[in-house]
Amino acid sequence: MGEILQQLVNGISLGAIYALIALGYTMIYGVLRFINFAHGDVFMVGSFVAYYTANTVSKFFPIGSVPAVIIIFLVSMTFCAILGATIEFLAYRPLRTRPKLAVLITAIGVSLFLEYLSQLLFGATPRGFPAIISSAPLFKSHLITINTVQVVVIITSLSLMSILRIVVMKTKIGTAMRAVSYNQQAASLMGINISSVITFTFMIGSALAAAGGVLYAAQYPSIDPLMGIMPGLKAFVAAVLGGIGNIPGAAIGGFIIGTVETFISGTFLSTYRDAIVFAILIGILIFKPSGIMGKNEAEKV
Amino acid sequence: MKPQFTFLLVFAVLVALSQVMGHMDPYYLTVIIFIGINITMATSLNLINGFTGQFSLGHAGFMGVGAYVGAIISTYLTTHGWSAEGVSGVMVLAMALLGGGFFAALTGLAVGIPSLRLKGDYLAIVTLGFNEIIRVIIQNVDFKIAGTGYVNGARGFAVPQLTTFLWVYGIALVVIYFVENVINSTYGRGFLAVRDDEVAAEAMGINTTNFKVKAFVIGAFFAGIGGGLFSHYIQYITPDNFTFLKSIEIVVMVILGGMGSTYGVILAAILLTILPEALREFSEYRMIIYSLLLIVLMISRPQGLFGNASLKKFMAKRKAGATAN
Repeated sequence: MGEILQQLVNGISLGAIYALIALGYTMIYGVLRFINFAHGDVFMVGSFVAYYTANTVSKFFPIGSVPAVIIIFLVSMTFCAILGATIEFLAYRPLRTRPKLAVLITAIGVSLFLEYLSQLLFGATPRGFPAIISSAPLFKSHLITINTVQVVVIITSLSLMSILRIVVMKTKIGTAMRAVSYNQQAASLMGINISSVITFTFMIGSALAAAGGVLYAAQYPSIDPLMGIMPGLKAFVAAVLGGIGNIPGAAIGGFIIGTVETFISGTFLSTYRDAIVFAILIGILIFKPSGIMGKNEAEKV
Repeated sequence: MKPQFTFLLVFAVLVALSQVMGHMDPYYLTVIIFIGINITMATSLNLINGFTGQFSLGHAGFMGVGAYVGAIISTYLTTHGWSAEGVSGVMVLAMALLGGGFFAALTGLAVGIPSLRLKGDYLAIVTLGFNEIIRVIIQNVDFKIAGTGYVNGARGFAVPQLTTFLWVYGIALVVIYFVENVINSTYGRGFLAVRDDEVAAEAMGINTTNFKVKAFVIGAFFAGIGGGLFSHYIQYITPDNFTFLKSIEIVVMVILGGMGSTYGVILAAILLTILPEALREFSEYRMIIYSLLLIVLMISRPQGLFGNASLKKFMAKRKAGATAN
């Protein structure tokens, strides 16, 4: 019983991070109808920016203090927002009217570029991430232990998701985003500037991925240039599970994948963990491609 | 010239060359062997990605299946009375390659069937997922081959050396000959039709499902054979030889050469095998160059260096140009 509860807590805090990354996938899919393969690498860049910011900030604030954490998050999220907009502008925008395959190949190219440029700049060996959030137990009983960092991860993710929900549902730019994802042509006829909506979507998505990167590094304190591949792919599975293009779906999918992965790690199947996540993806795409919350889309000729 | 004739002629040249290759510097020989294997891999992937238009990111998975199954067969045989030398060695490798190719083709069938419902980026990520599933399974395989060594999962697997220059290039030649002839046959137009317009192809009475699965099975079969050649050359394989990064490497060859152009893809395979060796001191820049190449190519020349134009068309154009002048 205690072990199940403990795994549930671990799973939810991992799932919260997947959810943050999955939101970016799903929003970008919503407006552009393509899978941004490079999203997992933006997540990785987020952790590295946080690593260097933490080293600088530690001269002014003690590491682990609240202002330090806030500065680290803001710097990393801003940097990745700009990075996301730049990627969109340089690599994806020239291809907007091209076949999907060209965009997909470009996305793979961008992903490899970020990975290996980081390897060149930061080196391939993993680095220890400073303890920006304490991992001391916050709550401890004979059944479960909950660490501070797990609580911070869950609370931060949930608040970012709520802010995102407000932005998407209540603000003008959010309405524009929904309009573009509903019907791009009609939206542009209504006077919505499609390009700026897409740029904005990339900025938000990348900022969320960066936040995910900081939280991930705080929870599993070892970072390297290829760390984004697996979480990125798993978050993509989460986005598909929830129904790609659907924002609440991505959040739910993230929590489910995180929990499933943690539970599998606790069993004799632990070495098959990654394979099982992909098997889930294949299963959904075959049996219910629209995911848990997605709508069925008829194919047009 | 009749294609059969060209085939025999090239084969004769290969036999002659193989006599010289024995005296070659081992380093250069290795590069030449890898070029041949990559030609097989890229040409077979081109059938799936280029001619049939099903973007697959899992070719290294098929290669891994072929490499491991082939290695298990040859290890078993060589420790059960078969010699690795002479005629017996040739038989052992032939059985290993066919067995590996067969199991890879079965895997191709398993990957091809879900692909019927998926398109574009979804298909790409599902094949990538299959690639990773295959790798994880290999990583967890740990059993003893009756009478001899272990397959050893993640720690690697020692394989007898059987692959020679003639094997690698003979098979590359067969794959090229097969793919070119199928694509240029009446039947093979079905693959192109599926790529160009699936709905229209279906309306014309082409069984698109059948063609897609067939492309995967044939492509996987040849990739499995390529994997067998690879494992019997480097003699020590680990699951890390077959990650999806390897798949991407093959995809880059296909894209650079031009999807749907066999000769372009062969040139790209040669180029992309030699370049990293020539630029060894800049090896950390290799993947950066690859990735930039992909991005720039997609923006400026999405059809690849050679596009859909085959060598034949190119020659015909030159001829037409010459008569016009």
